[in-house]
Amino acid sequence: MIPLSWLLLLSAVVFAIGVVGVLVRRNALVIFMSVELMLNAANLAFVAFARHLNSLDGQIVVFFVMTVAAAEVAVGLAIIVNLFRLRETVFVDEVNLLKG
Amino acid sequence: MIPLLFAAFAAVLVASSLLVILHRNPVTSALFLVLAFCSLAALYLLLGAEFVGMVQVIVYAGAIMVLFLFVIMYLNLGHDVEGGVQTTLRRGLGWVVGAVLVAEGAMLLARGMALGPETPQSPPPPGGNTGAIGLLLYSRYLFPFEITSLVLLVAMVGAIVITRGRTTPAGPARAAAPRAAAPRAAPPATPAAGPPGTEPAGAPAEEVHA
Repeated sequence: MIPLSWLLLLSAVVFAIGVVGVLVRRNALVIFMSVELMLNAANLAFVAFARHLNSLDGQIVVFFVMTVAAAEVAVGLAIIVNLFRLRETVFVDEVNLLKG
Repeated sequence: MIPLLFAAFAAVLVASSLLVILHRNPVTSALFLVLAFCSLAALYLLLGAEFVGMVQVIVYAGAIMVLFLFVIMYLNLGHDVEGGVQTTLRRGLGWVVGAVLVAEGAMLLARGMALGPETPQSPPPPGGNTGAIGLLLYSRYLFPFEITSLVLLVAMVGAIVITRGRTTPAGPARAAAPRAAAPRAAPPATPAAGPPGTEPAGAPAEEVHA
């Protein structure tokens, strides 16, 4: 059996990679992919704890997280498409309408 | 055997996640994200969560990533242009924050926090993992499950409304103009030429309104 701590460490590493992606990249689409990575790291932790506690509730939570992620991707990509129509760019540095 | 498989899939997962955020072409990033999701699905299978693993492949690698690729190709993006002192500074800060996060998690794990005693494993349910999840989803989690459908519906409507965006105010006006102009243009034309004459009369009216 796989020890729980290995899984949690793997989940932490993937989550940190997602955080770094959000902080480092300028392309809104890649930032979005990094957010997906973070959601999946959380899912991995949920499944690991579900196995550890011998309970199915963690897997059910993963199911709901996936649903919300799908909804989030649909709305977020619609916003990005609209942003591209307005500003001709998807780079978050160049979207500074609120800058005064 | 299982620890070996775990190590292999974990290595693929970490490497492809790193390539997602390091590669400069968004299409390549998206394809590496598909690889990351597939290795994550394999990890779920190793953990005995067959349903979640299959849903991961179908929903994430299948549906969500196709949506991503579709938008990337629709926007026709090239390589990212990176550079400048500010970008370098921010990139360094980002990596520092990531390293701090991993160190924090590793420290908590090394101290044995977050890990309770392991519950003894029960024998697998008769219907398998999927059957057990289905029973739970339609009994204890029935209300959240129904709310989920509402979330998806709202997201679908929202995505369509947002994407139509600025064309919405102009759209009905332009669509209504020929329809409003046709009856006005039709009466002079009908006594002269009948039905064939209405079409040439309608076409100039449409041009004027456009």
